[in-house]
Amino acid sequence: MNLQEIVDSLHLMPLTAPQEFAGITPSCGYASDLLSCVMAGAAHQSVWVTLQAHINIVAVATLLDLSAIIITEGAQPDTATIAKANEEGINLFSTSEPTFSVVGKLWQLGLHCQQPQIK
Amino acid sequence: MSESLRPFRAELHVHTVLSPCAEVEMIPPLIVEEALARGIEIIAITDHNATANIEAVQKAAARTNLVVLAGMELQSIEEVHSLCLFESVELAKEFQGYVSRALPQIKNQPEHFGEQFVVDETGEFIRREDQLLLVSASLALNQAWKLVDELGGLFIPAHVNRKAFGLFENLGFLPLDIPLPTVEISRHLNSRDAVTQFPQLAGRQLVKGGDAHRLEELAGFNEFYLAAPTFAEIKKAISRNEERSVKIID
Repeated sequence: MNLQEIVDSLHLMPLTAPQEFAGITPSCGYASDLLSCVMAGAAHQSVWVTLQAHINIVAVATLLDLSAIIITEGAQPDTATIAKANEEGINLFSTSEPTFSVVGKLWQLGLHCQQPQIK
Repeated sequence: MSESLRPFRAELHVHTVLSPCAEVEMIPPLIVEEALARGIEIIAITDHNATANIEAVQKAAARTNLVVLAGMELQSIEEVHSLCLFESVELAKEFQGYVSRALPQIKNQPEHFGEQFVVDETGEFIRREDQLLLVSASLALNQAWKLVDELGGLFIPAHVNRKAFGLFENLGFLPLDIPLPTVEISRHLNSRDAVTQFPQLAGRQLVKGGDAHRLEELAGFNEFYLAAPTFAEIKKAISRNEERSVKIID
């Protein structure tokens, strides 16, 4: 499944400049609001679901080459964060839905994967 | 430099009975007595998202050698705790206005979170704070930093090494969009190990907080070299200006 299909199904609002989403195939999904855990646990190219909208999320996404960050519950990153994401080519999306629903829908769409084991 | 500097032991992270997690012994006269008994000459009162007990502790410390600075331990939207210290109670109250407007309206349930008491200088009950204080204000770290900076205050991420409400756990690393020259480490971390464990702390001025929720936690790990025990002098020491300085006694 590609990112465009995810965006359409979940009615995600792009916060960053649109890219060719259909050409991006996420590897996996990950949900956490603790950035230290994301850095240690999220797979490369995965979609990260969080309500953390702090600018540090962009650096984490760059580090892991994430396919997208879905920011939940309507949390709004500031303009500096969005500008940074554009600069780094990171896809940021917003949704008013809570993380639980977003993850459930991603799973239903077929985004299943083997998570790396975290100690 | 002709001014004579001398060491002042300081504890910049002290809770009172206004913080739901603090012990009932954290009342003004006992805090003052315990601090003085431990040779501490400067404390900052830093309740969670609150400032209502600062003046009571200042009054309790009047006519003693203890200086009581006005502060707050803010919980910003990232669930990160930061010490916000101010020159005066008035400035702290001004900051309180912004924080209060940004707090969610949730009623405290004392049986789960603990009591939140506003008291007088003798420790006598004045009122209960009904609004739950142990919550995140809808202020981002950079917004809070800016407000504190505009009020001439000091903004110090608290116990950055702690798993709960520490910056490194929640945000992964110190953000680069705001200057954070001073960072607090918790009592659990030896200052000599801090940079090894958290390389990003290199070059930052560290202070160590007792994060006192009970009297025995009034640690006073920081030794400031100042001309006088004032907020302005502490600010200079933290910036290593005019030969003022601070070092951690673990």
